[in-house]
Amino acid sequence: MKLILHMSDLTDLYQAVILDHNKRPRNRGKLPTATRVASGDNPTCGDNCTVYICMEGERIGKMGFEGSGCAISQASTSLMTTQLVGKTLEEAEGIFEEFKETVTTGKEPDEFSEVAAFAGVHAFPARIKCATLGWHAALEALKQPDQPVES
Amino acid sequence: MTHDFSNLRVDFPVLDQHVGGRPLVYLDNAATTQKPRSVIDALARYYERDNSNVHRGLHALSMRATDGYEAARVRMAKFINAADSAEVIFTRGTTESVNLVAESWGMANLKPGDVVLCTEMEHHSNLVPWQVITQRTGAILKFVPVLGDDAEGGLDMDALELLLTPEVKLFAFTHISNTLGTLNPVKELCAKARAVGAITVVDAAQSIGHEIVDVQDMDCDFLAFSGHKMAGPTGIGVLYGRRALLDAMPPWQSGGGMISIVEYTGSKWKPSPERFEAGTPNVADAIGLHAAMDYLDAVGRPAIAAHDYDLAQIAREALGKLPGIRILGPRAGEPRSGLVSFAFADVHAHDVVTFADQDGVALRGGHHCNQPLMKKLGLPSTTRASFYLYNTAADVDALVISLSKILRFFRAD
Repeated sequence: MKLILHMSDLTDLYQAVILDHNKRPRNRGKLPTATRVASGDNPTCGDNCTVYICMEGERIGKMGFEGSGCAISQASTSLMTTQLVGKTLEEAEGIFEEFKETVTTGKEPDEFSEVAAFAGVHAFPARIKCATLGWHAALEALKQPDQPVES
Repeated sequence: MTHDFSNLRVDFPVLDQHVGGRPLVYLDNAATTQKPRSVIDALARYYERDNSNVHRGLHALSMRATDGYEAARVRMAKFINAADSAEVIFTRGTTESVNLVAESWGMANLKPGDVVLCTEMEHHSNLVPWQVITQRTGAILKFVPVLGDDAEGGLDMDALELLLTPEVKLFAFTHISNTLGTLNPVKELCAKARAVGAITVVDAAQSIGHEIVDVQDMDCDFLAFSGHKMAGPTGIGVLYGRRALLDAMPPWQSGGGMISIVEYTGSKWKPSPERFEAGTPNVADAIGLHAAMDYLDAVGRPAIAAHDYDLAQIAREALGKLPGIRILGPRAGEPRSGLVSFAFADVHAHDVVTFADQDGVALRGGHHCNQPLMKKLGLPSTTRASFYLYNTAADVDALVISLSKILRFFRAD
């Protein structure tokens, strides 16, 4: 499926991929086996997000998230969890850099992925921080040492 | 209604534009109001003809600037029915006005064990300064609860009776809630506070541009508001203070303009209002605010209140029919100011605001500087539509049509 984006069009911002992740978030919920946890919030919006990561060696084994926020922040965090499992910290940072470029410039990733759905965000600068909320929490969690999480 | 409200829009140049291909429907008036041509002209005229520093100047421009600035003060005293224009202090806005009372009166009068009473519906501007000053003085900060799952019950007046003890030295509360649209019984609250010897600080930010605010009728000790929420410029606001209290208060900022005699080792202060206006004041915006008062009184404040509050009632009724909506504040048909806040369980306020913006409808989504209340109500954010004299019933229709589209979009499978 080739996505044709008209950047100024609002329906592009909220295109099918985003609406789908918002309505049926993947990996939503606390991860009881998580060894790394971090939270982020946008005080001006009231959005918040907690990301749970279970490491398997150097790589992300499982991810989960909780929180509340707009469709953009919820969908982007949901999508993120599907993109980062199996990745190392360095790989995750690279994917985040690419995602950031997509949401700030509208440039689609070199390789096709659902991340392209977020290209429309760049036309709405106030919403970029919504799109990156969960990603910032995930990278903060990744940089922590492994530790048991209270149940 | 005596005034024709159908075409006041033409007095406001900024409203003559399209957003999202449609005529702008500006419903963010509780955040800031638009300015009529007469205010914009007054500002331009001042800078083009009269700009000069005020007081002590003996040349023509300085005398004109001083006259304009002091005329604005006299006009403001009349606007709020202050007994004396020396009771009108120009500030940057509501926040600075409240900070002035907290710093000056609070530091001079509050002791450990004293109580400062607030309400659960205060804007951060009438909450955070009291947190800071009670922490510094050892006084205790207490809150009058708000009743109801959707805050529909207003302030808990029974709890207020119990909270108003002789330890309460100051009671700070809002006239109108910027989040709920609740109209508080200011006169009654001031009388109850006075009965226990507490002074009152009224936040009139949400009422001053809509209805008659009469400080002598309210019998409040202090009243704070911003010019930009009453069709005036940004950067100017007012603190009204009872003369006897102001005369006993120390300055909160010091420097030029507020002194009578300065020696190297010490200085003497001028009386109010100069004592509280250190430095070059905001002359231009005071003069712009004068023009705003003239505009509002030409339309008539009782008529403006009736118009704005009616639109909010119409909006509340129409929005109440949208499936899955939660509306905060007074129930349908009960007294309500010119705003409506609402939330959908399945569509976040920021998505609503972004969508409505594409239809040219300007709303506000968020916590409305009222984080503790939102937390109490279990809401991360709400969407707020707030009305002013240039809005019409057609703007309510545009709001409802846009919201219906948004719900269809997000709820479609």
